[in-house]
Formats: sequence, structure tokens, C-alpha cells
Amino acid sequence: MSVEQTLIAAAVYLIAALVTVVIAKRLGLASIIGYLGAGVLIGPAVLKFVGSEGEDVMHFAEFGVVMMLFLIGLEVQPKKLWSMRRSIFGLGGLQVLITTLLMAGAARLFGAPWNESFVIGMMLALSSTAIVMQMLDEKGLLKSLGGQSSFSVLLFQDLAVIPILILVPLLGSGVAHAAGDGHGGGMDTGPIGLLKMLGMVVGIIAAGRLLVRPLFRLVASTGLREAFTAAALLVVILAAVGMHAVGLSAALGTFLAGMLLADSEYRHEIEVDIQPFKGLLLGLFFVTVGASINFGTIAGNWESISLIVACLVAIKAGVLIVLARFFGIRGRDRLIFSFALAQGGEFAFVISTFALQSGALDPDRASVIISAVALSMLVTPLLMIPVERAADKLNLRKSEPEMDEMEGKAGNVIIVGFGRFGWTVGRLLRANGFDTTVLDLDQTSVTLLKEHDIPVYYGDGARVDLLRSAGADDARAIVVAVNEMEDSMVIVRGIRKNFPDTPIVARAVSMRHHHALLQEGVEIIEQEVFGAALDLGESLLKMLGYRAYQAARASKKFKKHEIEHRRELLEVWDKEEAKSLFARERARADQMEAMLSADEEMPPDSHEAWSTGEPEEESSGAATG
Amino acid sequence: MRRVLINFAHPAYQKSRANRVLIESVRDLANVTINDLYENYPDFLIDVDREQDLLRKHDVIVSHHPMYWYSAPALMKEWQDLVLEFGFAYGDEGTALEGKIAFNAITTGGAYEAYTAEGYNQFTVRELLRPFEQTAALCRMTYIPPYVLHSTRKLEGKDCFIEPGSCYRKVITELRDGTTNLPEIQMREYLNDGLMMQAGLPVER
Repeated sequence: MSVEQTLIAAAVYLIAALVTVVIAKRLGLASIIGYLGAGVLIGPAVLKFVGSEGEDVMHFAEFGVVMMLFLIGLEVQPKKLWSMRRSIFGLGGLQVLITTLLMAGAARLFGAPWNESFVIGMMLALSSTAIVMQMLDEKGLLKSLGGQSSFSVLLFQDLAVIPILILVPLLGSGVAHAAGDGHGGGMDTGPIGLLKMLGMVVGIIAAGRLLVRPLFRLVASTGLREAFTAAALLVVILAAVGMHAVGLSAALGTFLAGMLLADSEYRHEIEVDIQPFKGLLLGLFFVTVGASINFGTIAGNWESISLIVACLVAIKAGVLIVLARFFGIRGRDRLIFSFALAQGGEFAFVISTFALQSGALDPDRASVIISAVALSMLVTPLLMIPVERAADKLNLRKSEPEMDEMEGKAGNVIIVGFGRFGWTVGRLLRANGFDTTVLDLDQTSVTLLKEHDIPVYYGDGARVDLLRSAGADDARAIVVAVNEMEDSMVIVRGIRKNFPDTPIVARAVSMRHHHALLQEGVEIIEQEVFGAALDLGESLLKMLGYRAYQAARASKKFKKHEIEHRRELLEVWDKEEAKSLFARERARADQMEAMLSADEEMPPDSHEAWSTGEPEEESSGAATG
Repeated sequence: MRRVLINFAHPAYQKSRANRVLIESVRDLANVTINDLYENYPDFLIDVDREQDLLRKHDVIVSHHPMYWYSAPALMKEWQDLVLEFGFAYGDEGTALEGKIAFNAITTGGAYEAYTAEGYNQFTVRELLRPFEQTAALCRMTYIPPYVLHSTRKLEGKDCFIEPGSCYRKVITELRDGTTNLPEIQMREYLNDGLMMQAGLPVER
């Protein structure tokens, strides 16, 4: 395709996606339905804007799935993975095994030869990571037991792809496969091939542990945002390409890479940089899936296809419900878990291509199954609507979540800016057992603090997506401790706009800053030098002859007096919010004058405090003896 | 030779002539430690370990303070509340203070006559100090009569304080050196009985 044609095609995809997604959202449907709908709309079935080049676009868009797995990996720490092993291998393993066998059996009943039945079984056993994760995320169900269990099963399915792709050619009729076409490029299952696979996995792990963090450190030190984004994309692409080259699942490779970076201080920044790419590509992927639904085939075989889809959903959901019971998933979680996974997945396309190449599947049968899978992918989000409503109506008991939370920590305190001010606040909190998440742009200090196991992340607090990724929605408070007024106000306004329910606590570098913060409704503000100057003043008073207690009282009274008059003192800035330097200087002068005259009104300790007057003496007031 | 600890609590020491004289009169004595509470803990964050350590190291514990509302200033109470821990000062295992001597050294604007059943304070100083006495008892300490300086506001001019000052010094020295036996001391109304004159007048009973 020429450049112009490419751009026109891109425009077509984007317009279709935008329109249908907006409609879908308005109707309260998951965005996936919109994308799939867009695909159907522009595909050969309806408007015929796109056709056979859809295949290439799909390959390209599959990268969206790969990126999604990377982002999922970023969130999962290896320790958590280990603690979830029962779910992953038990629940997931059984799901794949049992579903495969049942589907294979059903296929056999439909008249397929045994080897093809087995391939079909494996194709249909896997669910769509993209659809399920996207759907659960949108509905906010990822943290629930149902969501976590679904994730475990999907994870195992991703792992299962490896043995499946090894088995498929073995089930073939021995037709030599052409390398380089489709997805399983060059899968060599001989000893050298297996060695290469192992080598690549080990290579990724080694690179992840040893090379990647220094790379990011280097890139981050340039201070260029786009360089960082480029590095992040590079990591994802290399991992994907590497795995693909040895015939393994690219998505698994990027998942691994993501997991290796889950502990690093760059996690949030990477996440936030990759997210937009993933979003776009994934959307595009679903559009292509929609476009690839061959309505012709469907129309011709609609009875069998509908039957297959019905069987697929029913068998899968059935297996999942039974397994859920054995693994202690109850109530609402069980319902969601069982139906969220009840569809065919994108790996079915992969396996099918593979199987066709090695003669393990008959082409006609393949296209029927593929259509059924695509249709089932369309059906699931639609199915979830009544399922969710049923769950709510029956008011089933929510099971206790067994696992740790996967997405951002709820209820922690976010500190933006970790200079001397933020550092001290953070230390006080941690000394008292509170969880903090720190965001800072200083490369060196971030790395240094990371080494001491303090959760610090490299990133600019002004970026809303970064804050969101750090958990700003549920945070108990956000401390804005940066040392420049302009930066601080940008951050504060961003938080107020996007996370209006999260309390802000801020450092003020000047009275003018203080005033600006008050205008934004910030509740707790401390002027950065006031406290320290007072403390110094207190020590000075002692040096000048005051008793310790006398000096302490003097200092505290002064502070109290100042705070009581703060509103008045800050009024000066109401009128002078002007930008001109001259106006600001005038305001500052007015400010000082206001403070000085307020000081004159400060009441000293009463003369009668701790006096020793006795009632029998006429002159004194309060008797204390 | 006993070691004497003076736990001194005065929130406005800078204004008190009487206490200044008293404290200065004993500051240079050997084996006498002055623990200025309001100076050491202006923020009321008592260092319990340090205080308990001081208690262990001394044999005579003096609570020296102006009489505020028939008791001691707030920081002294805080000190009592925090330092005299269960298991340290009292209770089966709390024997750290056992056998030590305790008393109050107080200054008050009221005259001696005010602190009688007929006077406007209705009780004697000794009676008003019962909480301290009982606290000492629970800690298995020996509580002895208080040192009292009455009518502090009547004392004007530097010279009037010389007597009380030297009297206090004598009292502390007597306890430190053990020159008088305890039973005899217990018979006095005030520690400073017979040792001094107040405002130039002999103490009248």
C-alpha cells in the first residue's frame, strides 16, 4: 500500500473506532464492543472499506496485545506470582485441561477426526486475555476475587500456549510448514530449537535484571521524556521480537520483561509511557477482529456456528463454575469469573494459522471455528451485562478476597517531591508505620532511595496519568512538597481537577504561594521557613537569657498569633494577584507592614500568670497559693 | 553520706526571688544534684529513662516547687505520672525507691496562720501534702516533714532572703551528712523548725 493509502486506511479505522466507541460508552457497553462493532462496520460485511489487508493490520495491531501483557507484567511482582501459584497452576491448569478434553470430545461428536478435534479443543480452551482484562478493568473488577482468579487462569493459558504450539505440528499430517508466515515464525521443536527457546528466556531474564535498569538510569539522566518513552518501547519490542524469533509467544516474553521491571523505580513512568500505545493498538486489534469476521461464512453456516458458539460458552462457563466451587470462589465472584472467561481468544487465530500450516486442521473447519471464536468474543461483553445484573439482583454474598491487591495500593500517602521537605514528611510517616509512595524527578536520589527499599518512583507529579498509576484515586492524601511555586500550583490544580476527593497537603514557599494554595482549597499548608525560623529564634532567646520554658512559650505564642491572623495577612494577595513584578513588590511591602502591625497587638503573658497573690492582700488578682 | 536529688519545678523561675535564693544556696554542695524540670523539659516530653536513672542514683528525693493551688506546678505532676512506673516505683517488682527519703520543699505566699484549721486555707501544709506523702508511701519511701517558706511576698529586699537561703542549705546538709537521726526529724512540723527565722521574726506556733 502506498503511504496515502495507508493514511486513508488509518483514518478509516480511527473514525470507525471513535464513532462506535462513543456510542458504545453512551449505551453503557464495554469499549470492546465498540471496537468490534467498528470492525464489523468497516469490514467486508457492511461498508467494505477494508478487506484483505485487514490480515496485515491485524498482525500489526496484535502488538497491542503484546503491550498489554507487558503492562500486566509490570504490575505483578514475582513474589505475588509465587503466592498465586495454586490459582495459576491449579485453577488455570485444570481449566485448560478439562475444557480442552470436553471441547475435543464435542468436536469429535460433530464429526471431526481425532487429531483435528484435539487442535480444536486447544483452540477453544483459551480465552481472550485482551477482552477479559479490558472488560474487568473497565468495570473495576480487577481487584475482586473474581478478577484475580480470571487473571490467574489467563496467565496459565498464556503459559500453555508454548506446549500447545509444540503439540500442534505433531498432530499435523506432516505437511512441512513454511517459515515466516503468520505468527509461529520458525518454531523449531528439535533439540536446537528447544535450546534456543531456553536461551532466549534466560537471556530476557538476565537482560531484565542486569541491563535494563542501568539503561533507564542512563536515559533518565538526560531528562528527555521522549528518550525515556523510546527506551521503554525498545524494551517491549526487543522482548517481543526475541521470543517470536525462537517461536515462543511474544506476549509471554513481554510479560516476563514487565515482571522483571515491576520492582524498579521506573515502573510508573514506563507504565504511563506505554499505556497510550497499548490503548490505541489494542483498540485497533479489536477493530481488525471485527473486520475479520467473515459474515459470508457465518451466513452460510449459521446453524452450526451458532451451535458452536452456544456450546463454547456453555461448556466453558460450566467448567469454570464447577472449578470455582472447588477453589472456594463464591457468590458474585463466581458468576463473574465463570462468564468473563467464557469465550474463545485471540490465540485461537494463532493456533489456527499454525495448524493450517502443518495440516493439523481442515481449512473449512478452521474458518467455521474462527468465525465462532470471533462471534463469541463479541458475545461475551454483551453477556456480561445480564450476568452482572443478575449477580446484583440476587445480592449474592461477595467472597473474601484471598489475594493481595494487584493494582495501585489503596489508602497510602503520595508524596510529590522528595527534597528536604518531602523527605522529612516521608520519614515521619514511615516512622509511624504509614505507607508512602514517592514521586520525584531527581534521578540520583531516586536510585539511592530505591536501594534502601523506599518506594520511590521516577516521574513528574504534574502528569495526571502518573498520579493515577500511583494510586491517586484512593490515596489518603497527596503531599505536594516541590520547591517551586509554579510547579506546585500546576500539580495542585491537576489533582483538584482529576482527583477532587483526595485531600492535598502542601508546602508553601512564600506568602503569595500560600494564598494561591488557599484559593485552590488546599486544606493544610505549611510555610517552609516559618517553623524553622521560629525554632532558631527560640534557641536564640535562650541564649539571650530566657529560661527554656519561657522561650518555648514565647515561640509558640508567636506562632499561634501569626496563624490566627494569617487570613488577614494573606488578604494583601487578593488584590495583587497581578502578574506584574511591580504589583508583586508592592504587595510584598504591604504584607510586611501588615505583619508588623499585627505583632504589636500580640498579647504577652499576663502579668498575673503564676503570681503568688494571697486573698488577704487587696491588690493582687488571681491567687494561686 | 547521702546523695540528694532536688527535682525543681517552677514555670516562671525568672520572676521568683524566693526560689532563686533557695536554689542558689545549695547549688554548689557536693553530692547534691539539681534537676531543673521546666528547663530540661520545656516541651513536657519527660525522658523517663533519664529520670529513673537519677532516682536510682540518689538517696534523698526532694520535690522543690512553689505551692500552686495546694499542689505542685503541672510539670511535676507530669513527672510523677510518667516516671513512677508500675514495676519500677511500685508494685511487687517495683522496689527501686524502697528506703529512700522523700519530702517537699515549698514556697508559698500564704502566712503560717493561713494554713491552719481556722485560717482561710483550712488545712495545714502537712495535710495538704497528703497526696505526696501517700505517693511516697506506696513507693516504700520514708516521707519526712516539708521545708516551707511562708509569706514570700512579704520578703522584700535582698537581705530578707539570706536567712531562708542559709536555712535551706543547712537542712539539705543535715540530711546529706546524716547529722540528725530520722526519728528526731519526723517529730518536727517543718524540716526547718528551730533552724531559722522568717521575715526577721521567730516562727510562732
